[in-house]
Amino acid sequence: MEFKFTQENLDKVNEAIKRYPDKLAAIMPTLWIAQEQNGWISNEVMQEIAKILEINPEDVLGVVTFYTMYHQKPMGKYHLQVCTNVSCMLRGAYDIYESVKKNLGIDNMQVTLDHKFSLEEVECMGSCGTAPMIAINEDFYENISLEKVNKIIDDIKKSA
Amino acid sequence: MEKIVLPEIKDFHLIDVYLANGGFNAARKAFGQSPDDIIDQVKKSGLRGRGGAAFSAGLKWSFMPKTTPKEKYLCVNGDESEPGSFKDRQIFEFNPHQLIEGIIITCYAIGAKTCYIYIRGEYHKWIKLMEKALADAYEQGFVGERMKEKFGTSFYCDIYVHKGAGAYICGEESSLMNSIEGKRGYPRVKPPFPAQFGLWGCPTTVNNVETIANVPPIISKGWDWFAKIGEPKHPGTILFGISGHVNKPGVYELPSGTLLTDLIYNYAGGIPGNKKVLCVIPGGSSMPPLRGDQLEGVKMDAESLKAAGSAIGTGGVMVMDEDTDLVKVLARIAKFYYHESCGQCTPCREGTGWMLKILNRILRGEGSTNDLDLLISVANNIEGNTICALGEAAAWPVKFMVERFRDYFEERVKKEVKLSVANKVHSMRTTEFPLSEISN
Repeated sequence: MEFKFTQENLDKVNEAIKRYPDKLAAIMPTLWIAQEQNGWISNEVMQEIAKILEINPEDVLGVVTFYTMYHQKPMGKYHLQVCTNVSCMLRGAYDIYESVKKNLGIDNMQVTLDHKFSLEEVECMGSCGTAPMIAINEDFYENISLEKVNKIIDDIKKSA
Repeated sequence: MEKIVLPEIKDFHLIDVYLANGGFNAARKAFGQSPDDIIDQVKKSGLRGRGGAAFSAGLKWSFMPKTTPKEKYLCVNGDESEPGSFKDRQIFEFNPHQLIEGIIITCYAIGAKTCYIYIRGEYHKWIKLMEKALADAYEQGFVGERMKEKFGTSFYCDIYVHKGAGAYICGEESSLMNSIEGKRGYPRVKPPFPAQFGLWGCPTTVNNVETIANVPPIISKGWDWFAKIGEPKHPGTILFGISGHVNKPGVYELPSGTLLTDLIYNYAGGIPGNKKVLCVIPGGSSMPPLRGDQLEGVKMDAESLKAAGSAIGTGGVMVMDEDTDLVKVLARIAKFYYHESCGQCTPCREGTGWMLKILNRILRGEGSTNDLDLLISVANNIEGNTICALGEAAAWPVKFMVERFRDYFEERVKKEVKLSVANKVHSMRTTEFPLSEISN
Protein backbone atom coordinates (compact mmCIF):
# COMPACT_ATOMS: atom_id res chain seq x y z
CA MET A 1 0.00 0.00 0.00
CA GLU A 2 1.34 3.38 -0.97
CA PHE A 3 2.04 5.80 1.84
CA LYS A 4 2.08 9.59 1.69
CA PHE A 5 2.08 12.02 4.59
CA THR A 6 -0.91 14.32 4.80
CA GLN A 7 -0.01 17.98 4.29
CA GLU A 8 -0.61 18.67 7.98
CA ASN A 9 1.73 15.86 9.02
CA LEU A 10 4.29 16.88 6.43
CA ASP A 11 4.42 20.28 8.09
CA LYS A 12 4.98 18.55 11.41
CA VAL A 13 7.83 16.54 9.90
CA ASN A 14 9.45 19.70 8.56
CA GLU A 15 9.04 21.25 11.99
CA ALA A 16 10.83 18.24 13.54
CA ILE A 17 13.69 18.43 11.02
CA LYS A 18 14.39 22.00 12.12
CA ARG A 19 15.09 20.90 15.68
CA TYR A 20 18.23 18.98 14.80
CA PRO A 21 21.45 19.90 13.01
CA ASP A 22 21.07 16.96 10.60
CA LYS A 23 18.13 15.23 8.98
CA LEU A 24 18.95 11.73 10.21
CA ALA A 25 18.07 12.82 13.76
CA ALA A 26 14.49 13.49 12.72
CA ILE A 27 13.86 9.76 12.16
CA MET A 28 12.27 9.12 15.54
CA PRO A 29 9.82 12.03 15.55
CA THR A 30 8.99 11.32 11.89
CA LEU A 31 8.28 7.68 12.66
CA TRP A 32 5.97 8.75 15.48
CA ILE A 33 4.06 11.03 13.12
CA ALA A 34 3.87 8.24 10.55
CA GLN A 35 2.66 5.71 13.09
CA GLU A 36 -0.05 8.10 14.22
CA GLN A 37 -1.25 8.47 10.64
CA ASN A 38 -0.81 4.91 9.41
CA GLY A 39 -1.18 2.88 12.60
CA TRP A 40 1.99 0.92 11.91
CA ILE A 41 5.31 1.19 10.13
CA SER A 42 5.13 -0.62 6.81
CA ASN A 43 7.88 -0.93 4.22
CA GLU A 44 6.25 1.83 2.21
CA VAL A 45 6.29 4.12 5.25
CA MET A 46 9.99 3.48 5.72
CA GLN A 47 10.68 4.16 2.03
CA GLU A 48 8.76 7.41 2.19
CA ILE A 49 10.56 8.55 5.34
CA ALA A 50 13.93 7.70 3.81
CA LYS A 51 13.00 9.78 0.77
CA ILE A 52 11.89 12.79 2.80
CA LEU A 53 14.89 12.72 5.13
CA GLU A 54 17.30 11.88 2.30
CA ILE A 55 18.72 8.85 4.08
CA ASN A 56 18.94 5.12 3.37
CA PRO A 57 15.82 3.03 4.00
CA GLU A 58 18.11 0.67 5.95
CA ASP A 59 18.75 3.40 8.51
CA VAL A 60 15.02 3.71 9.05
CA LEU A 61 14.62 -0.07 9.29
CA GLY A 62 17.41 -0.22 11.86
CA VAL A 63 15.64 2.27 14.07
CA VAL A 64 12.18 0.70 13.64
CA THR A 65 13.43 -2.74 14.65
CA PHE A 66 15.40 -1.46 17.64
CA TYR A 67 12.63 0.40 19.42
CA THR A 68 9.71 -1.68 20.65
CA MET A 69 7.07 1.01 20.36
CA TYR A 70 7.15 1.21 16.58
CA HIS A 71 4.68 -1.41 15.37
CA GLN A 72 5.97 -3.55 12.56
CA LYS A 73 2.54 -4.97 11.82
CA PRO A 74 -0.99 -3.57 12.05
CA MET A 75 -2.24 -3.52 15.63
CA GLY A 76 -5.78 -3.39 16.95
CA LYS A 77 -7.72 -0.17 17.23
CA TYR A 78 -7.24 -0.54 20.97
CA HIS A 79 -3.71 -1.65 21.76
CA LEU A 80 -3.68 -3.05 25.31
CA GLN A 81 -0.36 -2.99 27.11
CA VAL A 82 -0.18 -4.87 30.39
CA CYS A 83 2.86 -4.21 32.56
CA THR A 84 4.09 -7.36 34.31
CA ASN A 85 7.34 -6.03 35.70
CA VAL A 86 8.20 -6.52 39.38
CA SER A 87 6.25 -3.70 41.04
CA CYS A 88 3.11 -4.57 39.09
CA MET A 89 3.71 -8.31 39.44
CA LEU A 90 3.86 -7.96 43.23
CA ARG A 91 0.39 -6.45 43.08
CA GLY A 92 -1.20 -9.06 40.84
CA ALA A 93 -0.27 -8.05 37.29
CA TYR A 94 0.00 -11.64 36.04
CA ASP A 95 -3.58 -12.38 37.13
CA ILE A 96 -4.66 -9.34 35.15
CA TYR A 97 -2.57 -10.35 32.14
CA GLU A 98 -4.01 -13.87 32.12
CA SER A 99 -7.52 -12.51 32.55
CA VAL A 100 -7.10 -10.07 29.65
CA LYS A 101 -5.73 -12.86 27.47
CA LYS A 102 -8.76 -15.00 28.28
CA ASN A 103 -11.22 -12.16 27.82
CA LEU A 104 -9.83 -11.25 24.39
CA GLY A 105 -8.87 -14.76 23.31
CA ILE A 106 -5.46 -13.62 22.09
CA ASP A 107 -1.87 -14.00 23.21
CA ASN A 108 1.04 -11.59 23.43
CA MET A 109 1.47 -9.45 20.27
CA GLN A 110 -1.66 -10.87 18.66
CA VAL A 111 -4.65 -9.04 17.22
CA THR A 112 -8.30 -10.03 17.52
CA LEU A 113 -10.04 -11.09 14.30
CA ASP A 114 -12.12 -7.92 14.18
CA HIS A 115 -8.91 -5.84 14.50
CA LYS A 116 -10.39 -4.09 17.50
CA PHE A 117 -7.94 -5.28 20.14
CA SER A 118 -4.30 -6.19 20.31
CA LEU A 119 -2.34 -7.23 23.36
CA GLU A 120 1.22 -6.68 24.47
CA GLU A 121 3.01 -7.67 27.65
CA VAL A 122 5.17 -4.63 28.32
CA GLU A 123 8.09 -3.82 30.58
CA CYS A 124 7.93 -1.22 33.35
CA MET A 125 5.84 1.78 32.26
CA GLY A 126 6.77 3.96 35.22
CA SER A 127 3.52 3.42 37.11
CA CYS A 128 5.02 1.43 39.97
CA GLY A 129 3.40 3.61 42.61
CA THR A 130 -0.02 3.06 41.11
CA ALA A 131 0.41 -0.60 40.22
CA PRO A 132 -0.99 -2.68 38.70
CA MET A 133 -1.60 -0.82 35.48
CA ILE A 134 -2.53 -1.27 31.86
CA ALA A 135 -2.25 1.21 29.03
CA ILE A 136 -4.72 1.39 26.17
CA ASN A 137 -3.11 3.17 23.25
CA GLU A 138 -1.71 6.30 24.90
CA ASP A 139 -3.76 6.32 28.09
CA PHE A 140 -2.71 4.83 31.41
CA TYR A 141 -5.24 3.02 33.59
CA GLU A 142 -3.67 2.82 37.02
CA ASN A 143 -4.54 1.11 40.30
CA ILE A 144 -6.68 -1.37 38.40
CA SER A 145 -8.17 -4.67 39.54
CA LEU A 146 -9.47 -7.74 37.73
CA GLU A 147 -13.03 -6.37 37.81
CA LYS A 148 -11.97 -2.94 36.59
CA VAL A 149 -9.88 -4.22 33.70
CA ASN A 150 -12.61 -6.54 32.48
CA LYS A 151 -15.16 -3.76 32.74
CA ILE A 152 -12.93 -1.46 30.69
CA ILE A 153 -12.56 -4.13 28.01
CA ASP A 154 -16.26 -5.00 28.01
CA ASP A 155 -17.17 -1.32 27.70
CA ILE A 156 -14.93 -0.99 24.66
CA LYS A 157 -16.41 -4.18 23.18
CA LYS A 158 -19.90 -2.68 23.48
CA SER A 159 -18.87 0.60 21.90
CA ALA A 160 -18.69 0.95 18.14
CA MET B 1 9.97 19.48 55.96
CA GLU B 2 10.62 21.75 53.03
CA LYS B 3 10.07 20.36 49.57
CA ILE B 4 12.53 21.53 46.95
CA VAL B 5 11.53 19.70 43.79
CA LEU B 6 7.85 19.06 44.38
CA PRO B 7 6.56 21.95 46.50
CA GLU B 8 2.99 21.63 47.72
CA ILE B 9 1.63 24.68 45.94
CA LYS B 10 -1.65 24.41 44.06
CA ASP B 11 -1.36 24.61 40.25
CA PHE B 12 2.41 25.07 40.45
CA HIS B 13 2.68 23.57 36.96
CA LEU B 14 1.07 26.71 35.49
CA ILE B 15 3.54 29.37 34.46
CA ASP B 16 1.58 32.19 36.12
CA VAL B 17 1.56 30.40 39.48
CA TYR B 18 5.23 29.58 39.06
CA LEU B 19 6.03 33.23 38.34
CA ALA B 20 3.94 34.42 41.29
CA ASN B 21 6.09 32.21 43.52
CA GLY B 22 9.36 33.71 42.40
CA GLY B 23 9.75 31.68 39.23
CA PHE B 24 12.68 32.48 36.92
CA ASN B 25 14.27 34.72 39.57
CA ALA B 26 17.06 32.17 39.94
CA ALA B 27 17.77 32.45 36.20
CA ARG B 28 17.81 36.23 36.50
CA LYS B 29 20.27 35.95 39.38
CA ALA B 30 22.39 33.49 37.43
CA PHE B 31 22.72 35.78 34.41
CA GLY B 32 24.25 38.39 36.73
CA GLN B 33 27.12 36.03 37.48
CA SER B 34 29.74 34.34 35.36
CA PRO B 35 29.19 30.74 34.17
CA ASP B 36 32.19 29.63 36.22
CA ASP B 37 30.58 31.08 39.34
CA ILE B 38 27.46 29.03 38.70
CA ILE B 39 29.45 25.83 38.22
CA ASP B 40 31.38 26.64 41.38
CA GLN B 41 28.21 27.12 43.41
CA VAL B 42 26.68 23.88 42.20
CA LYS B 43 29.95 22.10 42.96
CA LYS B 44 30.03 23.52 46.50
CA SER B 45 26.37 22.69 47.06
CA GLY B 46 27.31 19.02 46.76
CA LEU B 47 24.46 18.29 44.34
CA ARG B 48 24.88 14.74 43.08
CA GLY B 49 23.22 13.19 40.05
CA ARG B 50 19.84 11.62 40.69
CA GLY B 51 19.91 9.25 37.74
CA GLY B 52 21.75 6.37 39.37
CA ALA B 53 25.48 7.00 39.55
CA ALA B 54 25.21 9.92 42.05
CA PHE B 55 28.08 11.77 40.38
CA SER B 56 28.75 15.38 41.38
CA ALA B 57 26.74 17.59 39.00
CA GLY B 58 29.04 20.60 39.27
CA LEU B 59 32.09 18.49 38.59
CA LYS B 60 30.41 17.00 35.50
CA TRP B 61 29.70 20.49 34.19
CA SER B 62 33.29 21.55 34.78
CA PHE B 63 34.44 18.84 32.33
CA MET B 64 32.91 20.83 29.48
CA PRO B 65 35.67 22.55 27.47
CA LYS B 66 35.71 26.30 28.00
CA THR B 67 36.82 27.18 24.50
CA THR B 68 35.76 25.11 21.54
CA PRO B 69 34.78 25.99 17.99
CA LYS B 70 31.99 23.39 18.20
CA GLU B 71 28.43 23.73 19.43
CA LYS B 72 27.73 22.53 22.97
CA TYR B 73 24.69 20.56 24.02
CA LEU B 74 22.74 19.70 27.13
CA CYS B 75 20.67 16.52 27.31
CA VAL B 76 18.19 16.06 30.09
CA ASN B 77 17.56 12.42 30.76
CA GLY B 78 13.90 11.68 31.39
CA ASP B 79 13.98 8.17 29.97
CA GLU B 80 13.11 6.80 33.41
CA SER B 81 12.81 3.16 32.43
CA GLU B 82 14.32 1.60 35.52
CA PRO B 83 11.69 -0.71 37.00
CA GLY B 84 10.59 0.75 40.32
CA SER B 85 11.40 4.31 39.29
CA PHE B 86 8.60 6.78 38.61
CA LYS B 87 9.77 10.11 39.95
CA ASP B 88 10.57 12.18 36.84
CA ARG B 89 6.97 12.06 35.66
CA GLN B 90 5.99 13.89 38.85
CA ILE B 91 8.31 16.73 37.82
CA PHE B 92 6.90 16.83 34.27
CA GLU B 93 3.40 16.93 35.70
CA PHE B 94 3.70 19.12 38.78
CA ASN B 95 6.79 21.26 38.34
CA PRO B 96 7.83 21.54 34.67
CA HIS B 97 8.86 25.20 34.87
CA GLN B 98 11.43 24.62 37.57
CA LEU B 99 12.94 22.03 35.22
CA ILE B 100 12.90 24.58 32.38
CA GLU B 101 14.52 27.18 34.62
CA GLY B 102 17.13 24.64 35.70
CA ILE B 103 17.86 23.90 32.04
CA ILE B 104 18.32 27.58 31.24
CA ILE B 105 20.77 28.01 34.13
CA THR B 106 22.64 24.83 33.23
CA CYS B 107 22.87 25.81 29.56
CA TYR B 108 24.27 29.19 30.62
CA ALA B 109 26.79 27.55 32.96
CA ILE B 110 28.13 25.09 30.39
CA GLY B 111 27.65 27.35 27.39
CA ALA B 112 25.10 25.21 25.55
CA LYS B 113 22.67 26.77 23.10
CA THR B 114 20.48 23.71 22.61
CA CYS B 115 18.94 21.31 25.09
CA TYR B 116 17.06 18.09 24.38
CA ILE B 117 14.78 16.66 27.02
CA TYR B 118 14.65 12.94 26.30
CA ILE B 119 11.36 11.53 27.57
CA ARG B 120 10.42 7.86 27.26
CA GLY B 121 7.85 7.12 24.57
CA GLU B 122 5.38 5.52 26.96
CA TYR B 123 4.93 8.85 28.75
CA HIS B 124 2.58 10.27 26.05
CA LYS B 125 0.64 12.25 28.64
CA TRP B 126 3.71 13.68 30.33
CA ILE B 127 5.35 14.57 27.02
CA LYS B 128 2.26 16.61 26.18
CA LEU B 129 2.35 18.29 29.59
CA MET B 130 6.03 19.11 29.20
CA GLU B 131 5.50 20.43 25.66
CA LYS B 132 2.64 22.60 26.89
CA ALA B 133 4.84 24.04 29.66
CA LEU B 134 7.62 24.65 27.13
CA ALA B 135 5.22 26.40 24.76
CA ASP B 136 4.06 28.66 27.61
CA ALA B 137 7.65 29.48 28.55
CA TYR B 138 8.49 30.24 24.91
CA GLU B 139 5.42 32.41 24.58
CA GLN B 140 6.38 34.52 27.59
CA GLY B 141 9.94 34.80 26.33
CA PHE B 142 11.72 32.78 29.01
CA VAL B 143 13.16 30.39 26.43
CA GLY B 144 14.47 31.01 22.93
CA GLU B 145 15.83 34.13 21.34
CA ARG B 146 13.48 36.43 23.23
CA MET B 147 15.34 35.50 26.42
CA LYS B 148 17.78 38.24 25.50
CA GLU B 149 15.29 41.03 26.10
CA LYS B 150 13.49 39.23 28.94
CA PHE B 151 16.64 38.77 30.99
CA GLY B 152 18.69 41.56 29.45
CA THR B 153 21.56 39.26 28.51
CA SER B 154 23.36 38.21 25.37
CA PHE B 155 22.72 34.53 26.11
CA TYR B 156 19.85 32.44 24.82
CA CYS B 157 19.04 28.76 24.41
CA ASP B 158 16.44 26.52 22.80
CA ILE B 159 14.81 23.53 24.46
CA TYR B 160 13.24 20.61 22.59
CA VAL B 161 11.50 17.46 23.73
CA HIS B 162 12.74 14.26 22.13
CA LYS B 163 10.32 11.35 22.44
CA GLY B 164 11.83 7.91 22.98
CA ALA B 165 10.21 4.73 21.72
CA GLY B 166 10.45 2.10 24.40
CA ALA B 167 14.09 1.19 24.88
CA TYR B 168 15.40 0.90 28.45
CA ILE B 169 18.97 1.18 27.24
CA CYS B 170 18.37 4.76 26.06
CA GLY B 171 18.57 5.85 29.69
CA GLU B 172 22.32 5.20 29.39
CA GLU B 173 23.86 8.54 28.45
CA SER B 174 25.77 7.54 25.32
CA SER B 175 22.88 5.41 24.09
CA LEU B 176 20.59 8.37 24.71
CA MET B 177 22.79 10.53 22.51
CA ASN B 178 22.77 7.96 19.72
CA SER B 179 19.01 7.84 20.01
CA ILE B 180 18.72 11.63 19.67
CA GLU B 181 21.01 11.45 16.63
CA GLY B 182 18.44 9.14 15.04
CA LYS B 183 20.38 5.91 15.39
CA ARG B 184 19.79 2.64 17.16
CA GLY B 185 20.31 3.18 20.86
CA TYR B 186 23.67 1.48 21.15
CA PRO B 187 25.89 2.69 24.00
CA ARG B 188 29.26 4.08 22.93
CA VAL B 189 32.66 3.08 24.17
CA LYS B 190 34.02 5.51 26.76
CA PRO B 191 36.38 7.36 26.58
CA PRO B 192 35.85 9.71 24.82
CA PHE B 193 33.35 10.96 27.37
CA PRO B 194 30.32 13.06 26.34
CA ALA B 195 31.99 16.26 27.56
CA GLN B 196 34.57 15.78 24.80
CA PHE B 197 32.66 13.86 22.16
CA GLY B 198 28.91 13.84 22.67
CA LEU B 199 25.98 14.67 20.42
CA TRP B 200 27.20 14.91 16.82
CA GLY B 201 30.75 14.82 18.16
CA CYS B 202 30.27 18.02 20.14
CA PRO B 203 30.80 18.58 23.87
CA THR B 204 27.66 17.41 25.67
CA THR B 205 26.46 17.14 29.24
CA VAL B 206 23.78 14.62 30.20
CA ASN B 207 21.91 15.14 33.48
CA ASN B 208 18.88 13.56 35.04
CA VAL B 209 15.59 15.51 35.21
CA GLU B 210 15.60 15.59 39.01
CA THR B 211 19.20 16.83 39.12
CA ILE B 212 18.40 19.77 36.85
CA ALA B 213 15.21 20.58 38.77
CA ASN B 214 17.38 21.04 41.89
CA VAL B 215 19.50 23.76 40.26
CA PRO B 216 17.22 26.87 40.53
CA PRO B 217 16.77 26.64 44.34
CA ILE B 218 20.55 26.20 44.76
CA ILE B 219 21.16 29.41 42.83
CA SER B 220 18.37 31.43 44.47
CA LYS B 221 18.82 30.24 48.06
CA GLY B 222 22.54 29.65 48.00
CA TRP B 223 24.75 26.56 47.94
CA ASP B 224 25.32 26.66 51.70
CA TRP B 225 21.57 26.34 52.32
CA PHE B 226 21.39 23.28 50.05
CA ALA B 227 24.51 21.67 51.47
CA LYS B 228 22.93 21.61 54.95
CA ILE B 229 19.93 19.49 53.93
CA GLY B 230 20.13 15.79 54.74
CA GLU B 231 23.39 13.87 54.68
CA PRO B 232 26.45 16.11 54.13
CA LYS B 233 27.98 13.75 51.57
CA HIS B 234 24.82 13.53 49.47
CA PRO B 235 22.88 16.66 50.35
CA GLY B 236 19.41 17.75 49.30
CA THR B 237 16.11 16.00 49.09
CA ILE B 238 15.59 12.87 47.04
CA LEU B 239 12.39 11.76 45.34
CA PHE B 240 11.86 8.27 46.69
CA GLY B 241 9.41 6.18 44.70
CA ILE B 242 8.20 3.34 46.85
CA SER B 243 6.26 0.47 45.35
CA GLY B 244 5.35 -3.17 45.87
CA HIS B 245 3.96 -4.48 49.14
CA VAL B 246 3.32 -1.26 51.04
CA ASN B 247 0.05 0.37 52.07
CA LYS B 248 0.71 3.76 50.52
CA PRO B 249 3.00 3.42 47.50
CA GLY B 250 4.00 6.63 45.75
CA VAL B 251 6.66 9.31 45.43
CA TYR B 252 7.90 10.94 48.63
CA GLU B 253 10.31 13.86 48.62
CA LEU B 254 12.46 13.47 51.74
CA PRO B 255 15.88 14.63 52.85
CA SER B 256 18.70 12.29 51.89
CA GLY B 257 19.67 10.02 54.73
CA THR B 258 16.07 9.25 55.70
CA LEU B 259 15.92 5.84 57.34
CA LEU B 260 14.74 3.10 55.01
CA THR B 261 12.52 1.69 57.76
CA ASP B 262 11.06 5.18 58.28
CA LEU B 263 10.25 5.36 54.59
CA ILE B 264 8.59 1.95 54.56
CA TYR B 265 6.71 2.05 57.87
CA ASN B 266 5.92 5.74 58.39
CA TYR B 267 5.63 7.36 55.00
CA ALA B 268 4.45 4.37 52.98
CA GLY B 269 2.22 3.14 55.79
CA GLY B 270 3.86 -0.24 56.42
CA ILE B 271 3.20 -3.64 54.89
CA PRO B 272 -0.38 -4.79 54.17
CA GLY B 273 -1.54 -7.30 56.76
CA ASN B 274 1.42 -6.36 58.99
CA LYS B 275 3.53 -9.00 57.29
CA LYS B 276 7.30 -9.13 57.60
CA VAL B 277 9.59 -7.76 54.91
CA LEU B 278 11.47 -10.45 53.01
CA CYS B 279 13.44 -8.32 50.59
CA VAL B 280 13.88 -4.67 49.63
CA ILE B 281 15.49 -3.34 46.46
CA PRO B 282 16.42 0.21 47.43
CA GLY B 283 17.22 1.88 44.13
CA GLY B 284 15.40 0.37 41.19
CA SER B 285 15.62 -3.20 39.96
CA SER B 286 19.27 -3.13 38.94
CA MET B 287 20.59 -2.40 42.40
CA PRO B 288 21.61 -5.15 44.85
CA PRO B 289 18.66 -6.26 47.00
CA LEU B 290 18.74 -6.16 50.82
CA ARG B 291 17.39 -8.83 53.16
CA GLY B 292 14.48 -7.94 55.40
CA ASP B 293 16.72 -8.36 58.45
CA GLN B 294 19.37 -6.01 57.01
CA LEU B 295 17.16 -2.93 56.98
CA GLU B 296 17.57 -1.62 60.53
CA GLY B 297 19.50 1.64 60.56
CA VAL B 298 20.05 1.79 56.80
CA LYS B 299 19.96 5.40 55.60
CA MET B 300 18.82 6.36 52.13
CA ASP B 301 21.77 8.18 50.58
CA ALA B 302 24.56 7.11 48.25
CA GLU B 303 27.30 6.60 50.85
CA SER B 304 25.17 4.89 53.52
CA LEU B 305 23.60 2.50 51.02
CA LYS B 306 27.01 1.68 49.60
CA ALA B 307 28.14 0.78 53.11
CA ALA B 308 25.03 -1.36 53.53
CA GLY B 309 25.89 -3.28 50.36
CA SER B 310 23.58 -1.69 47.84
CA ALA B 311 23.25 1.60 45.96
CA ILE B 312 20.89 4.55 45.81
CA GLY B 313 20.22 4.18 42.07
CA THR B 314 17.16 6.15 41.11
CA GLY B 315 15.64 5.94 44.59
CA GLY B 316 12.98 3.48 43.46
CA VAL B 317 12.32 1.34 46.52
CA MET B 318 10.65 -2.01 45.88
CA VAL B 319 9.32 -3.80 48.93
CA MET B 320 8.50 -7.52 49.02
CA ASP B 321 6.69 -9.17 51.91
CA GLU B 322 7.38 -12.60 53.39
CA ASP B 323 4.99 -14.42 51.06
CA THR B 324 6.76 -13.26 47.92
CA ASP B 325 8.21 -15.88 45.59
CA LEU B 326 11.73 -14.53 45.20
CA VAL B 327 12.64 -16.95 42.42
CA LYS B 328 9.73 -15.63 40.42
CA VAL B 329 10.77 -12.04 41.13
CA LEU B 330 14.36 -12.70 40.12
CA ALA B 331 13.27 -14.55 36.98
CA ARG B 332 11.10 -11.54 36.08
CA ILE B 333 14.01 -9.16 36.63
CA ALA B 334 16.25 -11.41 34.52
CA LYS B 335 13.60 -11.45 31.79
CA PHE B 336 13.59 -7.68 31.77
CA TYR B 337 17.33 -7.40 31.19
CA TYR B 338 17.23 -10.18 28.61
CA HIS B 339 14.61 -8.18 26.76
CA GLU B 340 16.41 -4.85 27.11
CA SER B 341 20.00 -5.90 26.37
CA CYS B 342 20.89 -4.06 23.18
CA GLY B 343 22.94 -6.98 21.91
CA GLN B 344 26.21 -5.21 21.30
CA CYS B 345 28.37 -7.02 23.85
CA THR B 346 28.40 -10.81 23.91
CA PRO B 347 28.60 -11.28 27.71
CA CYS B 348 25.42 -9.28 28.23
CA ARG B 349 23.52 -10.49 25.15
CA GLU B 350 24.18 -14.17 25.87
CA GLY B 351 24.51 -14.01 29.65
CA THR B 352 21.15 -12.39 30.28
CA GLY B 353 19.51 -15.16 28.26
CA TRP B 354 21.32 -17.88 30.18
CA MET B 355 20.44 -16.38 33.54
CA LEU B 356 16.78 -16.30 32.50
CA LYS B 357 16.91 -19.93 31.31
CA ILE B 358 18.51 -21.11 34.54
CA LEU B 359 16.04 -19.19 36.68
CA ASN B 360 13.12 -20.57 34.69
CA ARG B 361 14.55 -24.05 35.26
CA ILE B 362 14.63 -23.41 39.00
CA LEU B 363 11.09 -22.04 38.79
CA ARG B 364 9.95 -25.29 37.13
CA GLY B 365 11.42 -27.22 40.07
CA GLU B 366 14.22 -28.69 37.96
CA GLY B 367 17.06 -26.67 39.40
CA SER B 368 20.02 -27.94 41.39
CA THR B 369 22.45 -26.32 43.81
CA ASN B 370 24.91 -26.15 40.94
CA ASP B 371 22.54 -23.82 39.14
CA LEU B 372 22.94 -21.29 41.92
CA ASP B 373 26.69 -21.26 41.46
CA LEU B 374 26.25 -21.19 37.72
CA LEU B 375 24.04 -18.12 38.05
CA ILE B 376 26.70 -16.32 40.06
CA SER B 377 29.36 -17.45 37.61
CA VAL B 378 27.41 -16.12 34.63
CA ALA B 379 26.71 -12.86 36.48
CA ASN B 380 30.40 -12.46 37.31
CA ASN B 381 31.28 -12.97 33.68
CA ILE B 382 28.90 -10.21 32.58
CA GLU B 383 29.88 -7.68 35.23
CA GLY B 384 32.66 -5.39 34.07
CA ASN B 385 32.88 -6.98 30.63
CA THR B 386 30.46 -4.77 28.77
CA ILE B 387 30.52 -1.33 27.16
CA CYS B 388 27.80 0.13 29.35
CA ALA B 389 26.41 -0.40 32.83
CA LEU B 390 23.52 -2.57 31.67
CA GLY B 391 25.89 -5.47 32.24
CA GLU B 392 26.16 -4.62 35.92
CA ALA B 393 22.46 -3.81 36.08
CA ALA B 394 21.67 -7.33 34.85
CA ALA B 395 24.34 -9.07 36.92
CA TRP B 396 23.91 -7.41 40.32
CA PRO B 397 20.33 -8.39 41.14
CA VAL B 398 21.03 -12.01 40.19
CA LYS B 399 24.38 -12.24 41.94
CA PHE B 400 23.37 -10.48 45.14
CA MET B 401 19.91 -12.01 45.36
CA VAL B 402 21.36 -15.53 45.13
CA GLU B 403 24.21 -14.73 47.51
CA ARG B 404 22.11 -12.97 50.12
CA PHE B 405 19.17 -15.37 49.95
CA ARG B 406 21.25 -18.51 49.50
CA ASP B 407 19.21 -20.40 52.11
CA TYR B 408 15.97 -19.39 50.40
CA PHE B 409 17.19 -20.45 46.97
CA GLU B 410 18.71 -23.71 48.22
CA GLU B 411 15.33 -24.73 49.56
CA ARG B 412 13.95 -24.32 46.08
CA VAL B 413 16.48 -26.50 44.27
CA LYS B 414 17.46 -30.13 44.43
CA LYS B 415 20.64 -31.17 46.16
CA GLU B 416 21.30 -33.91 43.65
CA VAL B 417 23.44 -32.91 40.70
CA LYS B 418 22.63 -34.24 37.28
CA LEU B 419 24.74 -32.15 34.99
CA SER B 420 27.24 -32.85 32.30
CA VAL B 421 30.93 -32.75 33.16
CA ALA B 422 31.43 -29.38 31.58
CA ASN B 423 28.91 -27.75 33.85
CA LYS B 424 30.30 -29.47 36.92
CA VAL B 425 33.75 -28.12 36.24
CA HIS B 426 32.27 -24.73 35.49
CA SER B 427 30.47 -24.64 38.80
CA MET B 428 33.68 -25.47 40.70
CA ARG B 429 34.78 -21.92 40.20
CA THR B 430 32.71 -20.79 43.10
CA THR B 431 32.12 -23.88 45.24
CA GLU B 432 34.13 -26.73 46.58
CA PHE B 433 33.43 -29.80 44.54
CA PRO B 434 35.76 -32.80 44.79
CA LEU B 435 36.98 -33.84 41.36
CA SER B 436 36.48 -37.50 42.25
CA GLU B 437 32.72 -36.97 42.22
CA ILE B 438 32.77 -36.22 38.54
CA SER B 439 32.08 -39.65 37.14
CA ASN B 440 30.33 -39.44 33.80
